[in-house]
Formats: sequence, C-alpha cells, structure tokens
Amino acid sequence: MDYRPEVITRFSALYAASRDGFRKESPELLNRHREGAYSDFIRLGIPDRKNEAYRYTNLEKYLSHDYQGYYLPVEEDFREAEKFHCEVQDLDVWNMVLLNGFFPHGDKGLIMLPGGIWVGSLRAAVKQFPAMVEKHYNRYVDNETDGLVPLNTALASDGLFIYAPRNTVYTKPIQIVNLLHSEKDIFVQDRNLIVVEEGAQLNLLVCDHALSPQHFLTNTVTEVFVNRNARFEIVRVQNQHNNSAKLTHTFIHQERDSFASSNNITLHGGLVRNATWHLLEGENAETHSFGLFLADKHQHVASFVKIDHAAPHCNSTQLFKGVLDDNASGAFNGRIMVRQIAQGTNAYQSNNNILLSEEARMDTKPQLEIFADDVKCSHGATVGQLDENALFYLRSRGIDAREARLMLMFGFAHDVIQNIPIEALRDRIDTLVMQRLRGELSRCASCAIQCN
Amino acid sequence: MKNDFLLQIKELKASIDNKEILKGLNLEVKPGEIHAIMGPNGSGKSTLASVLTGREIATVTHGTVTFEGRNLLEMSPEERAREGIFLSFQYPIEIPGVSMVNFMKTAINEQRKHRGQDPLSASEFLRQMREKKELVEIDSALTNRSVNEGFSGGEKKKNEIFQMAMLEPRLALLDETDSGLDIDALRIVANGVNKIRRPDTSVIVITHYQRLLDYIVPDHVHVLYDGRIVRSAGPELALELEERGYDWIRKEAEVSAESWTTGQK
Repeated sequence: MDYRPEVITRFSALYAASRDGFRKESPELLNRHREGAYSDFIRLGIPDRKNEAYRYTNLEKYLSHDYQGYYLPVEEDFREAEKFHCEVQDLDVWNMVLLNGFFPHGDKGLIMLPGGIWVGSLRAAVKQFPAMVEKHYNRYVDNETDGLVPLNTALASDGLFIYAPRNTVYTKPIQIVNLLHSEKDIFVQDRNLIVVEEGAQLNLLVCDHALSPQHFLTNTVTEVFVNRNARFEIVRVQNQHNNSAKLTHTFIHQERDSFASSNNITLHGGLVRNATWHLLEGENAETHSFGLFLADKHQHVASFVKIDHAAPHCNSTQLFKGVLDDNASGAFNGRIMVRQIAQGTNAYQSNNNILLSEEARMDTKPQLEIFADDVKCSHGATVGQLDENALFYLRSRGIDAREARLMLMFGFAHDVIQNIPIEALRDRIDTLVMQRLRGELSRCASCAIQCN
Repeated sequence: MKNDFLLQIKELKASIDNKEILKGLNLEVKPGEIHAIMGPNGSGKSTLASVLTGREIATVTHGTVTFEGRNLLEMSPEERAREGIFLSFQYPIEIPGVSMVNFMKTAINEQRKHRGQDPLSASEFLRQMREKKELVEIDSALTNRSVNEGFSGGEKKKNEIFQMAMLEPRLALLDETDSGLDIDALRIVANGVNKIRRPDTSVIVITHYQRLLDYIVPDHVHVLYDGRIVRSAGPELALELEERGYDWIRKEAEVSAESWTTGQK
C-alpha cells in the first residue's frame, strides 16, 4: 500500500495548523513564499522510486513514522545545548551551536565577526538585511524535482544566515554544530541562507549530532549565493544515530570567477540523503563536490549531485566514495548538465564503492547531458571488494589481515578526506573515520547515543 | 630438534589453478648463505616465492617446508613476516591513501609486538626511517607519499629494499628484483641489500639473469627447471648460464627425466 497519501495529509494538517502561528510570528518576507511552496509540494508530492532522483532510496520507514510534533525553540533547551563542546582539538574556529535547526537567542540580532562577516538567524537577517534576504531567499531552489524542497519553504520558520560582504575574509572557519535534542520524536525543518559577496571568502564546517535517542526527521534546505570572484567551502560531518533520518538539499549558485567546494562526510545516521546542486552561472567558475560515507547494519546513504554548467569555461569535479558493510545500502546519482552556451567545460566525475558483505548493496548512476561541443567530460563508477593483491602486500610485511583490511579501507576513504582544506579538521576526520572502521563509536564526547 | 638450517624445503609440490608447477623441489639454506635460483620463464620461480610467503594463489599438495625447524606452511603470511621472512616483490603494489610512514610504523610495531617488545617511540621510528633511507639511497619525498603510488619502476624496487632495511629479515627473497632496473639503479639496489645484510641474514635471489649476481655474490646457484632444481653449483654456474643460455639445461633435464621414467618402468 502506498504510504504517501497519509504522510501528505499529515504534513498538510501541520501546515494548516501552523498558518496562524506563521502569520503572527514569522516575517512576511518568508510567509509570502509559503502558499506557492505548499501548492508545489501538493503538486510534486513525496518522492517515490518512480522519481529518478530517488530511484534507489526508499523514504517510507522514516517518513511514515509518527513524529509527535514540529519543534519550536524553548530557552531551557538551549542551556542543555550550550553544554556541548566540540571534541576537535586545535581546531581554531568560531563556533556556534544550533538546536533542532534554531539559533539560540535568534531574535537578538546578527553577530559580526572580525573581518566583517555576519552570522545569525534567518529571522534576525530579515530585520537587519531585508533587501538582501528578499533578493536571495527561495531563488536558487529547484521546485520541480523534489516535493520535500517546497515543503521546507512552506514550513520552515528559521535557520542559519551567513553574510560575507564584499571582499570580507574571515581567516578562521565558522563551525556550526547542529544538535538534535528532544524528548519527543520530532520533525525538523531548517532553512539556511548564505550569501558570499564579490571577492569574499567563507569557510564553513557543519557538524550534525543527535543528543537524545528519539526519532528525528530533518529536512534541511540551504541556499548559497557565491558572487564574482568569491570563495565558499563547506564541510559537513554527519554523525547522528540510526533512528534519525537526515535529508539535505543544498543549492549553490555561482557567479563568474567564483570557487565553491562541498564535502559531505557521513559517519552515522539511519537514512541520510544529501542532494547538492551546483549551478555555474558565470564564466570561469570552479566547483567541487565530494562525499564519503561509511555505512553498516541497515543504514542507507544516498548522494544526489547535479552540476549545471550554464556558462563557458567552468570546471567541476565530483568525487564520491562509499564503504558498505552488513545490510547497508547506498545510492549515487550524479548528473552533469553542459548547456549549449557552456563551451570549454571541464567536468569530471568519479564514484567508487567497496562492499564488505554479500548483503550490502550499492546503486550508482552517472548521468551526462551535453549540449555543447567543446567539452571535456569524464566519469567512472566502480563497485567492488578490497584489492586482494594489496591485502597480501600488507600482510607480507607482518600486518595482520584485519589491520590490513582497515588500512586499505582507510586509504580508500582518505582520498576524499584529503580534500578538506583545514588540516586540524582533516586529521580529526581521519581519526573519526578510522574509529568508525574499527567499529568503535566515532562520536564526540558529549554524545550520549549508542549508534546501534 | 633444531638443525643448522634456516630454511629446509623437502619434496615440495605446489599447484596454481590445479596445474602442478613445483614438482618435488628440495632446497636447504643455512644462516648467512646467499642462494640464487635461476631458470627460464615458467619454471616455477615465482610460485616458489608465493609458497614461501603464504600467498593463497598457490596450493601445496606435497612436501614440507620448515623455517628454523618450524612448519612454515602452517603459518599465515603475517606470521611468516614477523618470524623474519621478507619478499621483495617482482611487481610491488600501489596502495593509494596508505602513507609509507603509517605502513612502516604498523609493520615494525607488529613485528615488535610479536617479539614481546614495546612499540617504537615516534622519534626512534623517524630516526630509523632516516637512517635506512640513506642506506638504500631512496628519495625522502617518496617515503612521504602513499605506498608505491606514482613511483617509477626503479623507485618501487628501491622501496622494497628500503622496507627490507626497516624490517631486518632473517631470510630475504628477492623476486626478480633486477627486472626493469637500469645499471645505476641495479647497483644502488644491490649495494643496499649488501649493506643491510647481517652475517646471519640469508638471501634467496630469484632471477632470470646473472647481472644482479655480480653485486650480490651467491654461495650457491640452483637451476630451477620444470618445477625441480635440476642443477646446483657455485657462482660459476651463473656465468655459465649467462654464456650458454638455458637450452643445454633443458636438454639435460629432459634426458634425465626420460631415463628416470625409463628406470621406473
């Protein structure tokens, strides 16, 4: 039986019940998009396997769960969240904790970091920079593929906002720790907007954790505008427990001569799906999409990438890797679109996966649509086991079989990790990945969750 | 009971994919001896290396192999390595993402653990790396990379000898270590082996050609043909082979095999 009508009914009821609240509490600038988004959601519905982008990903188990509510922030909860300390040592970052998608004291206004970069809640941004929010909010999303994107626009009431004005550079990375903590099973919808203006540079690290064992469904939409000659890098470390489902939709819009890089490291989570859309709108822009996941038990991790070359002389790379054990499953769907105008395009895609058990399953699907003729495009996908020759080589030096396997898996994963620009973070992620491969809990100290 | 031999191979028969490659091989190596095993392609040289290091592609069907009096065939590849057997691979494997430093540190410490020693301190380990790098004249940049990744043929062979220097084996098997090396690289690699060797280190040089034996001078030279050692002598045999090729060995071997078969009847 199709579970989706019931879920749509439930979301519709949630929307109907929230309307009054939105009218009173939420800025008009966000509200004006809600009706249209809601009808887009009703039109597109919940994606099922007939949707090419979800062909190998079944959301049923996590969407049909009866979440008790839609979270609204309570001050006490933040006190709990503020106890959280990130374990990455020597990581010189500016750090901010978000709870269930909300900024603490979100209404108190934005914070300006040295160098002139603004960070805060989307609601505060609406008050402080209304024209800018109006210019960028809900402009870069795709409302034709996935009903969960407009669902976020209809229901989200807040999220993260970062604004790097023209030529601003903040030397440290900005770390956002996204905590899930609740006594009920909840549905979280955060909506993030990041604007990197001409010549500015922004380095963002986002860590997802779940602090309580409840069921969580997170549906995150992030819009990023990278203006001319600007640079934007984001690394996401996803380390939630297996009762949580995390769906992210990130839309990166790049202007001329800009640079963007996205790296998703997925260590834990029941179901994780990261959709990253890169639109190369201006000439000579460069974009990179990386992803690594380690999955076991019944986890499912899916990556969807679309790189849209809509201007000449742009470069793009995609490097995605997965290690799957037990009954884990994964999916990779990587699309490259080269429009007719996009002459001189270089686009490279690679997806490699290792299956450690007979039961693990990986589906990989590259899709290339090329309408220009001066184009260099390459793609490759592999699903295989560990290299027996390499295994023997390590063993022949006295390294035992188990350790040798770990080293090979680690080497496989490191290929993605080495693209992380911050050294301390790179080392830390290496350690987390090694612990994860060893079957140890690669969680931070404050996390109380047994990821089983 | 312990005897004088480090390695003793008796009547060894081994198959790959059900095809018998080694057909009753005998070999005895004492501590400190250098043996060269020569022979035409397909005679079973590399299969012998596989059997001695425990590579699963070869199945032993008959015979015994003892290392210091212990049954070698019962040991896993890693156990053999920790006991002191080292193979310099004919085709070293590239392992992207695994750094040379991490690889060597793990290998050394596994060996030390096996001997009941504490792991090396980071500084002591680095000191040894530096010292051994100089010994085998390997470029420092290479040991900062992933194992063999992007190394040239010669660099890979040097890297094998570097690993040998780090692990200080009791018995080193050099499988076609000379192949693909130009004369300068050959000299560096061979001198490396000579510098690493302790008086009681034994070496088995598996080679097709004599040229490596100019530098690593063997005590005994054996000719492997069709899965058996058909002739053993001193270093002069290598020169004879270089001069005359393998055809005469082939003929002799066939004659003796015939008479052996006739004799059986």
